[in-house]
Amino acid sequence: MNIAVCGKVIPASTVTIEIDPTTKRMVRKGVAHELDPAAASALEEGLRLAEKHGGAVVLYTMGIQDATIGIRSALAMGAASAVHILDDAVAGSDTLATAKLLAAAIKKQPFDLVLCATESSDSYSGIVPGQIAYFLGIPALTFAREIAVDGSKLVIKRQSESGYDVVESTLPALVTTTSGINEPRYPQLKGIMAAKKKEIKVYTAADLGFSADQVGEKGAREKVLSIGRPPKRQAGKIVTDEGEGGKQIADFLAEIKVL
Amino acid sequence: MPEVIWVYAEVVEGKITATTLEMLAKAAEVGKAEAVLLGPAPDDAPETLARYGASKVYRSADPVYRDYLTLPAAATVAGLIEKHKPAVMLFASSYAGRDLAANLSARFDCGAITDVGDFQLKDGSVEATIPALGASYLNTATLVSEGTKLLLVRPKSFEPKINEQPLAVEEVEAPADQALRAIRVKERVAVKREGPQLEGAKVIVSGGRGLRGEENFAMLKELADLLGGAVGATRAAVDAGWVPYAMQIGQTGKTVKPEVYIACGISGAVQHLSGMKTSKTIISINKDPEAPIFQYSDFGVVGDVFKVVPQLIEEIKKRKGR
Repeated sequence: MNIAVCGKVIPASTVTIEIDPTTKRMVRKGVAHELDPAAASALEEGLRLAEKHGGAVVLYTMGIQDATIGIRSALAMGAASAVHILDDAVAGSDTLATAKLLAAAIKKQPFDLVLCATESSDSYSGIVPGQIAYFLGIPALTFAREIAVDGSKLVIKRQSESGYDVVESTLPALVTTTSGINEPRYPQLKGIMAAKKKEIKVYTAADLGFSADQVGEKGAREKVLSIGRPPKRQAGKIVTDEGEGGKQIADFLAEIKVL
Repeated sequence: MPEVIWVYAEVVEGKITATTLEMLAKAAEVGKAEAVLLGPAPDDAPETLARYGASKVYRSADPVYRDYLTLPAAATVAGLIEKHKPAVMLFASSYAGRDLAANLSARFDCGAITDVGDFQLKDGSVEATIPALGASYLNTATLVSEGTKLLLVRPKSFEPKINEQPLAVEEVEAPADQALRAIRVKERVAVKREGPQLEGAKVIVSGGRGLRGEENFAMLKELADLLGGAVGATRAAVDAGWVPYAMQIGQTGKTVKPEVYIACGISGAVQHLSGMKTSKTIISINKDPEAPIFQYSDFGVVGDVFKVVPQLIEEIKKRKGR
């Protein structure tokens, strides 16, 4: 089974997100990056399915050069190879252009299953996977908290408003994973060493059949008009528990007259 | 002529969803509201939509829309959009709404704006407001594509309003194409929910990934009971299957504004902060001093939630003389 996992490499959770007032985009250059934890879950699911049913996992990502660090950790986790869409022209792409580029890259190799996180942890629009599925002409089964494959049949447990639905389709298909679907493995030393020899294929927009004005900010259907500034909230009191933490909260509740 | 704004109506557990009615209120305010209602629904569902402002309801009760996800509805809605060309179509940021908007935005090559909290129409162009971090600040965006603008709207963005319209139902035909029956719903499983509702609760005790498992929510329930409050959770806890979706607070869950919000083992991802940041007082307990939740807390304890919460429970009992 050939499994394509789409995952984003995003500013690390320790980074305070800054917005560039000119481009109105998140500042991505020069900050620490990591594989999006949501994407790590999708990858983990792909690796488990490949271990069970045979086959290989390829990671697809679009991002700046700094994304390499996240790609390496995906390879160290066990992805067989990676595809990196790397091109200044794609900066500022909206969801639609992102989906077109990823779909075009995935199409270059045979695939049975495409896995994505339900949404990225930095922009969480949640519509890129559905758009990729449309461009690939395959069904999108979303919000999976369990995935089972049996031959060419795919069954997922899909999160719903009141519980979950059991949903099925045939392969090829795209599935989005919820963040609690698994606990992603940590790369081990052996994996990290092996990752160094694995291939990272780099594509530009042109390699994928797109001109510079079809992608990036020029090609975006969605334009950001303005970005607000988060107001500063007055800092509260933070204490370290030295055996009295619970009592201190009770004191605080009494102070605000809740107790 | 007022612009026509469509609302994709959803039925969950046999009821038109609150977000559907909220979107109708806004649609009727900006232009002429119309609704699309596909799949089995209660008999009075079209009347309900009309009562809340829909001057027309495009309707098919065909079970294909219930039994097969996304594709039949997307085909029908696409056909309707091509025929009637509404200025805007609104979808709830729900499971079905997102899937449908994703499909249609790709099909029409038109894009979509997600997480919309409000919007205006000016000379046929849409300006959407996207609240960030619990509406503490706003971003705005527009769509430059031709044709119907697709917006995914956050729940609780608008107040539903009774706005009685004469009932006008236009029956639409369900697609017969077998290829659209690719995503089949085999079974629907409801997870039982208990305890007071989050909406309207004065105190909310909420748990995240740091709770480590379903069983540890009992401790939060005890604390909430002592304070007369309700228990909430982060998406991570819901996705892990520890608690039902009804308890989820955040961008893709409920937005709450209690007097006191006690965050236990919650790091404070943007997704969660969006749903609770406007709480009057925020108290948090987390073992990681760097957790973003502390930046939003009025009072924070860096410590082990499994030590601090039980002590807090004992202390409250003591002070209440129990």
